[in-house]
Amino acid sequence: MGSIRLENVSKHFGEHAVIPSIDLEINDGEFVVFVGPSGCGKSTLLRLIAGLEDVTGGRILIDGDDATAKPPAKRGLAMVFQSYALYPHMSVRSNIGFPLKMANLDKAEIDRKVNDAAAILNLTDYLERKPRALSGGQRQRVAIGRAIVRSPECFLFDEPLSNLDAALRVNMRLEISELHQQLGATSIYVTHDQVEAMTMADKIVVLRAGNIEQVGSPLELYRSPANLFVAGFIGSPKMNFIDGKAAEEFGAHTIGIRPEHVALSTESGKWMGKVAVSEHLGSDTFLHVDVPELGHITTRTDGEFPVRHGDTVFISPDPERLYRFNADGLAA
Amino acid sequence: MATTHTHSAARLMMAPSVILLLLWMIVPLSMTVYFSFLRYNLLMPGTESFAGFMNYRFFLTDPAFFQAIGNTLILVGGVLFATVAGGIALALLLNQPMFGQGIVRILVIAPFFVMPTVSALVWKNMLMNPVNGLFASLARFLGFQPIDFLSSIPLTSISLIVAWQWLPFATLILLTALQSLSEEQNEAAEMDGANAWNRLIYIILPHMARAITVVVLIETIFLLSVFAEILVTTNGGPGTESTNLTYLVYMQALLQFDVGGASAGGIIAVILANIVAIFLVRMIGKNLED
Repeated sequence: MGSIRLENVSKHFGEHAVIPSIDLEINDGEFVVFVGPSGCGKSTLLRLIAGLEDVTGGRILIDGDDATAKPPAKRGLAMVFQSYALYPHMSVRSNIGFPLKMANLDKAEIDRKVNDAAAILNLTDYLERKPRALSGGQRQRVAIGRAIVRSPECFLFDEPLSNLDAALRVNMRLEISELHQQLGATSIYVTHDQVEAMTMADKIVVLRAGNIEQVGSPLELYRSPANLFVAGFIGSPKMNFIDGKAAEEFGAHTIGIRPEHVALSTESGKWMGKVAVSEHLGSDTFLHVDVPELGHITTRTDGEFPVRHGDTVFISPDPERLYRFNADGLAA
Repeated sequence: MATTHTHSAARLMMAPSVILLLLWMIVPLSMTVYFSFLRYNLLMPGTESFAGFMNYRFFLTDPAFFQAIGNTLILVGGVLFATVAGGIALALLLNQPMFGQGIVRILVIAPFFVMPTVSALVWKNMLMNPVNGLFASLARFLGFQPIDFLSSIPLTSISLIVAWQWLPFATLILLTALQSLSEEQNEAAEMDGANAWNRLIYIILPHMARAITVVVLIETIFLLSVFAEILVTTNGGPGTESTNLTYLVYMQALLQFDVGGASAGGIIAVILANIVAIFLVRMIGKNLED
């Protein structure tokens, strides 16, 4: 129904290759997240799939059919834009009904589908309002409503939550995940926020400079990152990287230790350091420790670990959960 | 306390400009009103006397008056239609990426810098002249009888000239409006299955509604008082076929030397302009809100 395959897809803007060459398989019903730092080509890749940009080379197959040359509307995809791109002069009802009107459905049919979509998204009371009279979260839902009325094979989300405040973002994240369960359609979601990627995805595609660094489920990426970039990108707070003598001790060029995989003690341990900053979040405490010769190490411990700025702590890495990387930055 | 202080200080500061503006408007207006009640003919100086509403009666019963009103409205309406429709089309064209975009845009705007008398004379002598004009040669080349534009279709010809002058203005305003349309909206509409025509009707035109309103309002103000183009091309003729209100007032004052009658005509023109303005604001002014 909604499987997508990219074969050797590339995109150049003038001389500049934004995406050198990508192969990717997206299965029906999957929630796939493209994640990466800004400028890594993730939005461009989404726009290539949507048909808003033409590929420079390669093929895009949707449901096994070559869709490379098809116009966006004929690909059976729906997109939610970062700015929502609602039509400001139309009511919520007309906004959601617009794709159906363009498909020449009759009025009663459009009304029925719009009402259904509004019921799913809790927008029934706002149908006659204009977008400017809605809050950010409601606008977001209207944008999603406009996508779901067409019952597309696949949803494309282009950083849809980046204009919302933190609390609302968590809510919408849940709503989008629930919606995905409910509708079961394939979704491709672009974000630079690894938390969104980890919490929502069935499959994460980590991109850097137009190349795929690693593809896998959230926990696969967390447990076995393929290289330094993925290791540093996935997980929060960031993984600590140590190289030099301390790394050679473990037989690697660089070792990575996640903040949550160390044992902290005030009495004894492998490395000794001074607490620079301690951030108490209630459930957790993040300690930023300056260790001589190793540098700055972030650690995570339980909420009531009793240290303050300037105190001495001992850090012992969990040898089972230590990541080793070779000189090329690849996992060893 | 502080706020009342600031308020009165602010009023005091604004007073000079407000008073100046008021005088600037009130003095000529009240003089015109005053003259319109006088029997005042430049050929008989020193014999001014109070005339009551005589000037208004003469002006309003002049058969040329109704034709002038009709001509004024046709001129305004015709030019508005041509410039808005043409302006939208040109703006859409100029918004496409193309080679030499900057130069083309400047060229399109150029007619606005040509003064009305000059452009009217160029049109009269070089384009519309039935013997030497470009249109006449074109007609002969195609085997048609050349049209004497300014005597057979004088009002249409003047509308054409004025429309040519105002097209750049409309294009410029509409182009800037078009450029402010977010690309994502266009793309969203494209994904929603809207073809180019539907995007124009449902997305682009509603987005430009406000700019179109501005163009209509501003142009109406200026087009109600078109004068130079008529003076240098048809002199209001043949007969009064291309006389608008402004030109009628001019004829009254400076061809018949009747200052009283002309003033009455001026006041009537002001009233009519206000009526048009009220209708316009009622009809399309709501686009400017919010």
